Amino acid sequence: MGNSVNASGANQKSNRMKYVRIGILLVVVLIFVFIADITVNSYVRRILNLCAIYTILGLSMNLVNGFTGLFSLGQAGFMAVGAYCVAVFTVPVESRAAMFYLVPQNPAIANLELPFVVALLLGGFVSAFFAFLIGFPVLRLKGDYLAIATLGFSEIIRIVFTNTQTITNGALGIKGIPTINRLWWTFGIAILVVIFMFLLINSTYGRAFKAIREDEIAAEAMGISLFKHKVLSFTISGFLAGIGGGLFAALLGTVDPKQFYFTLTYNFLLIIVLGGMGSISGTIISAFIVTAGLEWLRLLDEPHAIFGWNVPLFRPGLRMVVFSILLMAIVLFWSRGLMGNQELSWEYVKKVPDKVRNAFRIKSAKGGAAK
Amino acid sequence: MTMATFMQQLTNGISLGSLYALIAIGYTMVYGILRLINFAHGDIVMMAAYFAFFGIAVFHIPWYITFLAVVLLTALLGIVVERTAYRTLRDAPRTSILISAIGVSFLLENLATYLFSGIPKAFPEFKFMTTPFSVGGVLIQPLVVVVPVVTILLLFVLLFIINKTRLGMAMRAVSKDYETARLMGIEINGVISATFGIGSGLAAVGALMWGMKYSSIQPLMGVMPGLKCFIAAVIGGIGNIKGAVLGGFILGLAEILLVAFLPSLTGYRDAIAFIILIIILLFRPMGILGEKQTDKV
Repeated sequence: MGNSVNASGANQKSNRMKYVRIGILLVVVLIFVFIADITVNSYVRRILNLCAIYTILGLSMNLVNGFTGLFSLGQAGFMAVGAYCVAVFTVPVESRAAMFYLVPQNPAIANLELPFVVALLLGGFVSAFFAFLIGFPVLRLKGDYLAIATLGFSEIIRIVFTNTQTITNGALGIKGIPTINRLWWTFGIAILVVIFMFLLINSTYGRAFKAIREDEIAAEAMGISLFKHKVLSFTISGFLAGIGGGLFAALLGTVDPKQFYFTLTYNFLLIIVLGGMGSISGTIISAFIVTAGLEWLRLLDEPHAIFGWNVPLFRPGLRMVVFSILLMAIVLFWSRGLMGNQELSWEYVKKVPDKVRNAFRIKSAKGGAAK
Repeated sequence: MTMATFMQQLTNGISLGSLYALIAIGYTMVYGILRLINFAHGDIVMMAAYFAFFGIAVFHIPWYITFLAVVLLTALLGIVVERTAYRTLRDAPRTSILISAIGVSFLLENLATYLFSGIPKAFPEFKFMTTPFSVGGVLIQPLVVVVPVVTILLLFVLLFIINKTRLGMAMRAVSKDYETARLMGIEINGVISATFGIGSGLAAVGALMWGMKYSSIQPLMGVMPGLKCFIAAVIGGIGNIKGAVLGGFILGLAEILLVAFLPSLTGYRDAIAFIILIIILLFRPMGILGEKQTDKV
């Protein structure tokens, strides 16, 4: 930021440089997606898709938890709404009768088939509407109460979906959703969401969110309507979670209520805690690390032999144990996460060598003192 | 509905309610002192049930020794959880502590799945507790009577500890004002450990009776009761022990009676607690027996 009035020219120049850098970054990402889309095999493609979806969901959770300072655990429920919208409306009509064999589907929607984009957007909007409705009573609460209440709503949504068999096929779930195979859907939407988040956070609304996070009473005294901004943040987060859920359904090809058990939310919690609460770039980096890492950790669940001796440690379940230990370790020893509430900018990258050097200098100074 | 079935449902509701009450006490005690939802409490219940399973079904230890050992082991587990996951974060932002609590809960669930496998195990049977006897046409398991009696007895013991002993006085002081209590020379860490120990011990008793009642245990069994018992504590007024017991009874009765009167809502049984929670939080956030708290700026 410029310190004097005369610096405005320099500011304009640095702003132009900033846009150029963002443009270059965008082109690089698009080229990466283009190359990845034609070269990688289906397994890697699936993981990359999941990374992009988790980026969207991580950002949606970070908007409420990291930027607005409201501890919400309702992500899985909003995802379920989006996922079921895509599932119910994009499954081919002819395969439905066989799937809804216990209870036939409600005639109002039994013959309704929508294009993927429409169903996805519908999922986002329905989810946002749910978030808006839930936000009204719930956002009056604070801290732990808010966490429990949002978790409760997420469970209620899941229980409702289990019981409304004429729409969702209950516990049997919906299979045969047309799947997305290319990377463009997920990455395209993820890029749009990232751009949207940067614009939102740097707008007056974003500044209001951050003010609420830092100090509610001070924010209110400055004339920020707490309730309006909290509901807005919660609703946008619901929309993004719905979109993420819809993509999730289209990636997996099946949905059933068990997938949206509230522990699913813990994945995104790990992502935002590792990336830093209140950092967009941190969320993106950590979404990729966590998703790929969880996939890589699958090797813990398989039996391994060292020098012919079968190590009894490796058996199904170890992966999740390691996952939860990681979550705890990050909270206990590294609560800032990768980025804290900073963003990865050119200036930040330029400072990295200095930081590394400083870290070593402190270490050597300490070593000197010890002698 | 005949009178007999109504009485049957009523006794069921009371016995479920007393189980909720026992577990809810642990939540309310921890919240009273640390202002923290101990998310792991439900999973501590689950671990206690597994301890009992291993003691009786695997190692064939007589049940009375096992029960005592289970209560002590679970109390120890509660203390260990507090030492490792909460103590280091005593001065950290509340979000960090909350995430840590979620982390412990998730860790215990996954650890149990890994160690004991996700397949449900049969809890040892206690014939003298489950063979029903008839009172005026109502079939009652002895367990249904034993559970509320044990709960009420333990409640009195706990109230005695809190109101009449030095430890209880220290607990009340810490709960009232953490900083001042420390300045007055109260050994805070000891008091907090004792609180976790007592809360977890009560949860262990709840787990034993839970196991006898439902006779099947699995790694995720603690999740729903955990959430519901927290809700029970909120209904009664969090931080208030009598309130937790009252909330437990209300929740247990509401669940059983609603399903009994409106069988079409059976699938929504688990949602009832959350709906009650949201109604309570909106209209009386301090709970039924709680005191109104004002935020200091």
